[in-house]
Formats: sequence, structure tokens, C-alpha cells
Amino acid sequence: MTIEVRNLVKKFDSFKALDGVDLKVDNGELLALLGPSGSGKTTLLRIIAGLDWPDSGDVAFNGEDALAQGARERHVGFVFQHYALFRHMTVFENVAFGLRVQPRAIRKDESTIRARVTELLDLVQLDWLADRYPSQLSGGQRQRIALARALAIEPRILLLDEPFGALDAKVRKELRRWLRSLHHEINVTSIFVTHDQEEALEVANRVVVMDKGRIEQIGSPDDVYETPATAFVHGFIGESIELPVKIEGGVIRLGDRPLRLAADGLAPGASRLFVRRHDMLVGPPGSGAFEGAVQHVRNFGPVQRAEVALSGGETIEIDAPRDRELRAGDTIGLEPRRYRIFAGA
Amino acid sequence: MTMQIADSVSLSAPDAKVRAHAAAARNSLRTEPRAVRIVIIALAMTFLSVFVVLPLVVVFAQAFSKGILAYLAALTDPEALSAIKLTLVVAAISVGLNLVFGLVAAWAIAKFEFRGKTFLITLIDLPFSVSPVISGLVFVLLFGAQGYFGSWLRDHDIQILFAVPGIALATTFVTFPFVARALIPLMQEQGTQEEEAAISLGASGLQTFFRVTLPNIKWGVLYGVLLCNARAMGEFGAVSVVSGHIRGETNTMPLLVEILYNEYQFVAAFAIASLLAMLALITLIAKTVLEHHLDEGHDASDH
Amino acid sequence: MPGFGLTMGLTLSWLSIIILIPLAGLLLKSLELSPEQFWNILSSRRTLNALRVSFGLAFAAACVNLVMGSIIVWALVRYRFPGRRLFDAIVDVPFALPTAVAGVALTALFAEKGWLGAPLAAAGIKVAFTPLGIFVAMIFIGIPFVVRTVQPVLQDLDPEIEEAAGSLGASRWQTIIRVILPSLGPALLTGLALAFARAVGEYGSVIFIAGNLPNVSEIAPLLIVIRLSEFRYADATAIAVVMLVVSFVIIFAVNRLQRWARSRIPAR
Repeated sequence: MTIEVRNLVKKFDSFKALDGVDLKVDNGELLALLGPSGSGKTTLLRIIAGLDWPDSGDVAFNGEDALAQGARERHVGFVFQHYALFRHMTVFENVAFGLRVQPRAIRKDESTIRARVTELLDLVQLDWLADRYPSQLSGGQRQRIALARALAIEPRILLLDEPFGALDAKVRKELRRWLRSLHHEINVTSIFVTHDQEEALEVANRVVVMDKGRIEQIGSPDDVYETPATAFVHGFIGESIELPVKIEGGVIRLGDRPLRLAADGLAPGASRLFVRRHDMLVGPPGSGAFEGAVQHVRNFGPVQRAEVALSGGETIEIDAPRDRELRAGDTIGLEPRRYRIFAGA
Repeated sequence: MTMQIADSVSLSAPDAKVRAHAAAARNSLRTEPRAVRIVIIALAMTFLSVFVVLPLVVVFAQAFSKGILAYLAALTDPEALSAIKLTLVVAAISVGLNLVFGLVAAWAIAKFEFRGKTFLITLIDLPFSVSPVISGLVFVLLFGAQGYFGSWLRDHDIQILFAVPGIALATTFVTFPFVARALIPLMQEQGTQEEEAAISLGASGLQTFFRVTLPNIKWGVLYGVLLCNARAMGEFGAVSVVSGHIRGETNTMPLLVEILYNEYQFVAAFAIASLLAMLALITLIAKTVLEHHLDEGHDASDH
Repeated sequence: MPGFGLTMGLTLSWLSIIILIPLAGLLLKSLELSPEQFWNILSSRRTLNALRVSFGLAFAAACVNLVMGSIIVWALVRYRFPGRRLFDAIVDVPFALPTAVAGVALTALFAEKGWLGAPLAAAGIKVAFTPLGIFVAMIFIGIPFVVRTVQPVLQDLDPEIEEAAGSLGASRWQTIIRVILPSLGPALLTGLALAFARAVGEYGSVIFIAGNLPNVSEIAPLLIVIRLSEFRYADATAIAVVMLVVSFVIIFAVNRLQRWARSRIPAR
């Protein structure tokens, strides 16, 4: 199933949750919608599911207009952030729900339903919990039951809202790996929403980065990390050093100090320079584009994190390998291995 | 899968189309069709109007059925005045007693952990589930002529039954849980940190209570007192059993309503009843205002 | 924290004086009766009929309250309409209105010349001074119990569970029957029990409209009062004990139900 979203706009009162969103999802993809809270990612997911409705725009599944259908006709599996399990039903009945409410004409007989539910519980590896109630399960187990329940209706699309948001760190890591292998197994077009970049980069085939109701970048995890399209993406994903610079007459200046960096093709004016922390290479004073004094050093396993006061006045944090120990008071040169400059203050 | 919408439709007027779909589908997911909504609202409002609003309206209609002068005459009748006075006295006594008890009990229950707490709360709640008539009966069995203390009381010439003490006791019994029940959850929610801070700063127990605890629970206290008072003034069954119906002496307002009604003095009966109905309405309005304050306090403590 | 000994001591003493000793007196009095006497009192035709009237009509009224209360809660919580807040406040009137006032008002309303009694009489239905009148008064007194017990639970019901049911293909009706009603189940039962308990013991709002004809429209609390006025304390006590035991069983059941309902709420 492919999904196509065209020019979607959704306002809540005066707040623009979605401000002209276009997106194409290919068959069998596992796509992440990544962004800070309020970026519109959950709204987009709910509109695709039929739980919310846009003010304007189109949603199409396999080229068919999806907005013509309500949530219950769309055959979309939705896993809610807090799972929304029916607490008065056993795990088994929760998973069976979607099969039991089918119109009589197409409803399967009881033994088929039982077989299907057992199969799904096997798939999420929780067949031994069939007779428990949701209140007796751990968070990770609830999450997997919610997924099994959504899969029971053989959804054309699987949508997950912050699937790991309510879990603790260890369970979250396990489930990430599990979700990816499950997706590989069932191969249903899937979209999940997250505010956790690590989650998005680790699980998804493609990542959609959103901010303020707009899509900032769509790309593979490597793309969005290595070649961020906008200042927002660079700042949001990975740990970045951000410096306000000015471009004048083919020279990049930090404060009034010219930097030894090429300014080819850059528009003059106030800009922002982004460098990953680990992309700042340390050299002797006088080498590299920047110079600074080490203020403070802490060691984190294989790296040392140093606070450096640049001669331009800014203080930055860098991550350097520990082959050369830094000490507070050292004066060092810094050369960005890679950097990006975005116009605008 | 099942529906095929022509592309031209979606291109020519996407917004109108989206809106139409949105209206239809949104209605089906978390609410009901318009016709069903109207029927449910109509049923609910008709039921409340017939069973709750109309009886209230009837009270005032009957009270003023012979004009305002007859109404005022009924209220200024000496019997009416003495009933009003007795009602106020009894309410003052029982509200006062239950206020002190409620504060003390809420402190013990909300600020400390001990075994049997739920059981104690159940005991405090008991009067809510005892028939008012039984609430009166227990005092007749204790203090009546054939009661456990009956002969001792007679020997010492102490009158409890068919007198103000009996009425006050029965009213106190019936209104016992109101203040405590308003305060216990509120004080539990507020915890003990502020009190512990005050004590660590050198405040005594009473200073802590009056300067820290009481300001925090003042709306809760008012809420409990309000409901306690409404019930105390309006109690009928329990008081009816212990009062002896001595005219001009042991008749509270609700009892006088009964007597006048049974004597077919409808205007007088409904005139007294209208005062009690106004008390109920004022109580409800005040309660709504207080609930607003309590909710605000609740929100503030969340942040 | 200071004051535990003092406040706990005061609480227990005051509770004993006002509540426990008087109730113990009632139980003690009933123990003075031999089982045979007790049985004779309860099995007399008039007592049995009074208990039947009280319990039977209270249960019927509680059932009406359950249905109408649910409809009122649904309207108040789920729909927006003019006058909603006013009607929300009006639900509490039976709590706040003194029972004697409710009694005379309902009687005036449903008497043969009353605003509602007259048209009903024309249709051949007599309400006041019949068991039907008792039923009406018990409905009046019980409605807030169902509404105020169920309302907060419906308000807090997670909207996601309805969306989940819808996205799994359930129709609105299936969602209501299979998901919403079972979620409200404990609250509905609690409301039913509370309305029933209140109606069984109700006196003031019932006796005016009841007619009080022995064996037909005489409620148990009234029979207690009558026995007291005849100085037949044993009879009054026996009836009171039966009613008290039933109330205690109801409170106990409601407490268990509430605890069970809380245990079903998954921690997030």
C-alpha cells in the first residue's frame, strides 16, 4: 500500500498543526515521523488513520481518496501512545476484538478467530498471557498486545504513535530491534511517530523530520544525519556546535575574526555555522580554522569532552578522541572536518 | 478499497469535499447521529424537568397561591418563628460539633498512616447509609422511657428526648460524615510536607495547624460546613422520631411543614417549605462556587 | 508530625458517642428478642408487606434511575447544548432539598388536581396516595446517586479506547455496547446500589405521597415510626435491624466493587 499526502493543512483554533504537508510513502516502507512536540507529527498520523480531519488537502491510499472513508473503513492498524487496551477484556479478547466486530456477512467463525488470535499472540511472543487482563501486564507487554490487536484486522497500513514513549530505556531498546524485525516479517507499510532521534535513525528506512507543521527534510537515516537540509535538522539531530557567523566579501567571520574556511557560493549576510562535536579536529595552536583555550575536560569512555573558549568570544563543547589528552589551560587549534553553513540569523 | 472517488472531484473542490467527509466520518467515531443526540438530550431534560424542576416550582407556586400577604403572614406566625429559631439553634449546635470533629478526624486520618484506616472511614460514613428513621430510633432506644438510660435520666430530671438535646443529637448523627468527608481527601492530597516544614522551622502543633493547614483547606472546610448545614436544617425523619412534635417547642421547620400540611394549611406549609427550598438553592449555588475554588486549588497544587 | 494520639483519641471517642454506642444499643436491643419473637415480628403480614413495598419499589426505582441516570450523564458529558450547566447543577436538587419539602411538593404535583396529577388522572393513572407515588418519590430521591457516580467515570474515560475500537472496525453501537458500557460497569452498579440503599431507607419524601395504607402503600421506615408511637419497641427494633443489615451489606459490596474497579485501571 502506498500513501500519498498532498498539501495538508490543519488548524486547531489559531494554531497551525499542519501547514502544507506533502509526503509519499512507498509500499512496505517503515517510515519515522520525527520532530519536537507540537511539530504536527501526531496530527499527521491521526489524519492518515481517519481519527482527525484536515482543513484542506488530500490523502490517498494506492491512489484512492482515503478522506472519503471513516476510520473504520480504512483498515488502518493504529497503535496508540498509551496503548488504549480495553481493560475489561482479557489479552485474548483484546486481540480478537477487531475480528468479532466485523459485519456478520464476513465475520469468521469462532475457531478461525481463535486460531488467528493465537497466531498473532505467537507473533508477538506473548501467547502465554492470553488470559491475563491489561492491568496485569508490564508496559512492554501492553505495547506488544496493542500491536497484535492492530494487526488482527490485517491492516493495509500500520500506524504507531510514539510506540516506545511510555517505556523505560532498556525495554525501549529491545522493542526497537523487535519492531524492525517484525516489520521485516509482515512487510506492511508502516509509519511511526517519535520525538527520539536515536529511535528514528535506528528503526526506520526513511525519516521525515518535521517542525512547526512543516516537513523539514525527508531522507534515509544517513541523509538526515550526514547532510541535514536545514539549520533546524542540523540542530535537532545529533549533537551540534552552532556558531553565528557573518559572510562578507568572500570571507566567513566569527565576531570580527575571519575564519580560514572557504566561503565559495555562500550568500553574504548573517548565517549560522554547524559542526558536529566529533567533527572538530584538535591541532596545535595556529593550525585549523579556529583557535581557543581549553576550559574544562571530562572523559566519557572513548572520548574526552572539552569546553573550549574560542578567540571569537564563543564557548563550545567538542568531543575529541583520547589519543591526545587535553588539559584545562591548553591553547589549541580546531579544524572542522565537516561543516555546514545556513543563511539567516 | 470499496470506494472510488473520481479524481476530478477531488481536484475541483478539495476543501468542500474534505469538509463534507469530515463532518460525516467524525460524527460516527466518537459521537452519535444528530437525531440520536437530540432524542437523548430531550429525554434527559424532560426527565429532569418533570422529576426535579417541577417539584421545586410547585413549592413556590403553592406558597404564593394566596398572594404575598398570606405568604408573609404564614412566615411571621409565632409557631413559624419558633420553628425557624429552633432550626437555627439545632443547626448551629450540630454543625459546630461536626466541624470540630471533622477537622480532628481528618487530621488523624489524612496526616498519618495506620492500620484499619479504611475501616475507620467506613465507620464515619455509616450515617449516610442508615435510614433517617433508624437514626432517630437509636436515640429513642437509649434515652426513651423504656430505653437504656431512660430511668436514670428521669431520676435526675434530665430531658433529652422530645427536647432540644435529642433533636441536636439526632441531627448530629445524621450530619456526622459531611465535614470529615470533605476534608479527608483534600488533606490526603496535600500531604504532610508543608506541616513538616513548619515544624522544622520551630512552629508548635497548633501554630502549624492554624497558620499552615487551615489556610490550605479553608475552601474544603466551607464546603463541608455548607453541606452539613443544609442537611442539618432540612433533616426530617430522624428529628421527627425524637422530637415529640410539641407545638411551638420541639418543631423544626421541616416538622412544621408536615403538621401544617396535614392540617390542610397548604399556604402556610408551602411558605415554610419555600424557605427550606431557598436554602437548598443557595446551598447549591454556593457549592458550585466552592467547587470552582477547590478545582483551582487542585490545579495549583499540580504544578 | 504531632497530634496523632490526641486527634485519634478524640476521633474514636466522638465516633463512639455519636455513632457506635447508639447503633450498638440497637443491636443489643435486638438481641433481647428471642429468635422466635424476631421471626414472629418479621413474618407478620404487615411487616412483610412493608418490607416488600420498600425493597421492591426501591429496586424498581433504582433500575429506572440507572437507565435515566445513564442517559442524563451521556447528555451532560458528551453533548454541548444550551442550559447544560444549569441542568448539571439541577441534578443535585434532590440531595439538597429537604425531604419533607420534596414530599409535599411531589404530592401537590401528582395529586388529582396537581399539574401532572390532573392529566394523569384523566388518563386513568392515579399516582398520589398509591404505591406508584412511592415509586415516583424514590425515583426523585435516587437520581443524583447514579448521575454523580457515573459522570466522573465517563468524563475520565480515555477517548483513545473509542478511537481504538473505531479503527478496529467497530460500529458506534458496537463501541458503546462492547467497550464503553463495560468500562462504566462498576460505576453503574455502584450508582444502582447507592440509589437503592437511599430509597429503601427514605422517609420524608415518601410518606406524604404514599397514602400509607397498611399492606399496600406503607413503607418499612413508616412502620418503624408507627410501632414506636405504639411503644412496641421490639417490633421497631426488629424491622430496623433487618434494614440496617441490608444497608451494611450494600456498603460492603460497593466498597469491594470500587476496590475491584480501581485495580483494573492499568498504571500508565
